[in-house]
Amino acid sequence: MTREEIIEKVNGFLIDEFEIEEARISPDANFKDDLELESLDFVDIVVIIERDFGFKVKSEELIHIRQLSDLYNYIEEQVKNKN
Amino acid sequence: MKRVVITGMGIYSTIGKNVEEVNNSLYNGISGIGIDPKRIEDGFRSPLTGIIERPNLKDLLPRRLRIGIPEQGEYAYVATMEALEMAQIDEDFRLKNEIGILYGNDSSAVPVINAIDIVREKKDTMLVGSGSIFQSMNSTITMNLSVILKLRGINFTISGACASSSHAIGMAMILIQQGLQDIVICGGGQEVNAESMGSFDGLSAFSMRIDEPTKASRPFDRDRDGLVPSGGGATVIVESYESAIKRGAPILAELTGYGFSSNGDHISVPNVEGPTRSLENALKYANTRPDEIDYINAHATSTPVGDLNEAQALFNVFGSRPPVNATKSMTGHEMWMGGASEIIYSILMMQNSYIAPTLNFENPDEYSAKLNLSGKRIEKKIDTFLSNSFGFGGTNSTLILKKYNKK
Repeated sequence: MTREEIIEKVNGFLIDEFEIEEARISPDANFKDDLELESLDFVDIVVIIERDFGFKVKSEELIHIRQLSDLYNYIEEQVKNKN
Repeated sequence: MKRVVITGMGIYSTIGKNVEEVNNSLYNGISGIGIDPKRIEDGFRSPLTGIIERPNLKDLLPRRLRIGIPEQGEYAYVATMEALEMAQIDEDFRLKNEIGILYGNDSSAVPVINAIDIVREKKDTMLVGSGSIFQSMNSTITMNLSVILKLRGINFTISGACASSSHAIGMAMILIQQGLQDIVICGGGQEVNAESMGSFDGLSAFSMRIDEPTKASRPFDRDRDGLVPSGGGATVIVESYESAIKRGAPILAELTGYGFSSNGDHISVPNVEGPTRSLENALKYANTRPDEIDYINAHATSTPVGDLNEAQALFNVFGSRPPVNATKSMTGHEMWMGGASEIIYSILMMQNSYIAPTLNFENPDEYSAKLNLSGKRIEKKIDTFLSNSFGFGGTNSTLILKKYNKK
C-alpha cells in the first residue's frame, strides 16, 4: 500500500464516518483543535484502522499522534512492518 | 402540595410515528403487529412482534451525540423532540432553566451482545468502539438525552420491568409536588429486536397465533394465548402547574394520582392482591372515588393468567361500571415503554372523547365478563382516567389523570 493510498483511506473515513468537512482536512490539521476530535474518537479510529489496514493499535502508540500527518506516518510504518 | 400537569407528549410506536398518526390508529383500531422473519430463523417459538421502522438520526444529530444511542434511544429521542415542541420548550429555555429527566428502560441487549461478540472474536476490547458502553447500560436513554438536551436537573433511569415508565411518571410527580423540580421529561423506551426477546420467548409467554398476527394480541378475550412483544418510545413532559401557567404552555391533563405496590409473591405470575392495592393507593393519593373514574386503560397484556387476575382486581375496586380497554390489543406489549405510551393513548382518547376498541375482544372469560369491555370503539366524554402497569417481580404502578380544570 502506497502512502497516497493510506492518505486517501484515512481522509475517506474521516469524511464519511467522522463527518468532518473535506476542507478542514490537511496534513497539518490538529486532531483536537482543527478536527475537533476527542479521546473517545481515537477508540473509533483504532477500530477503523484494524478494519481498513488489518493491524491492531496499542493505545499507548497513539499518544504521539497530534496531527493528521502523524497518523499517516504511523500507519505507513505499521503497514511496512507488517509486510 | 403543588399541582402537576402534562404539557407535552410525543411518541414513536408501532401504530404511528407521532401523536397524530397514533391518534388515528387508536380511533380506527389499527394493529401494529406482524411477523419478524429473523425470529423464525433464530428458532423462536413465536415470531410475532410489533413492527417498527428505525428512525434515521443522521441529519438530526452530530456523530458524537449519535453513536452512544441504541435502538430504543432513537425512538425515545424522536418522541422527546415531539413532546418538547408541543410543550414549547426550546433549547434557549432548557439552557436557562433546570429541567430533569426520568425515563423507564430495562434492557439494551443488542449492544451488549455485539460488544461481547467482538471481544470474543478479536481478543481486543478497544475494537468494541467508543459508543458501545453508552448504548449498553440500562440508563442509556437518560444519559444520552440529558447530554443532547443539556439537561441540568434530576437525571436517572427507572428499571421496573413492564411498569418502568409508569413509575418514572409517578416519581416525577412526587418530585414536582415537593417543589424539588419544575419540569421533568418522562417516558419509556423499548427495543424491538430478536436478541432482546429470545429469553422471554423461551418462557412460552408469547402468542402462537402466527397465521393471524393482528388477531394474536387479544386481551381479556376467552381465546387469548399470550402476549406479543413490541416497543418504541414515548415521552410526556411533566410540569408544575405554576410553571406551565407562567410559560403559557398547553396543559394536556392534570396528573393527580400515583399508586404503587409489590406483590411479594412469584417472579412472573401476577396475583390479584398486589394490583388491587396499587389501584386503591392511586385512588387514595388522588383523593378520587372509584365512581369518578370514566375510563380505565388496563395493563392487560393478553396472557391467560395476567388478564384473569387484573380483571378480578379491577372488578374488586370498580365493579362493572367504568369502561375498560386494553390498547395492547393494537400495539402489543410495549414493556418498558408501556406505562408512558398508555398515558399518551389515554390522553388522546380524553382529548377526543372516545375509547379505542379492545381489538379481538370477541368472547369474555368468567372474569372479563364482569367488566365493561368492548371490541368496538365507543364515543365517550372522559374527565378522569386511570392507567395500570405491572411487571416481573410483582411491581405494580397505577396513574390517575384528569382533564385540566382551572379550579
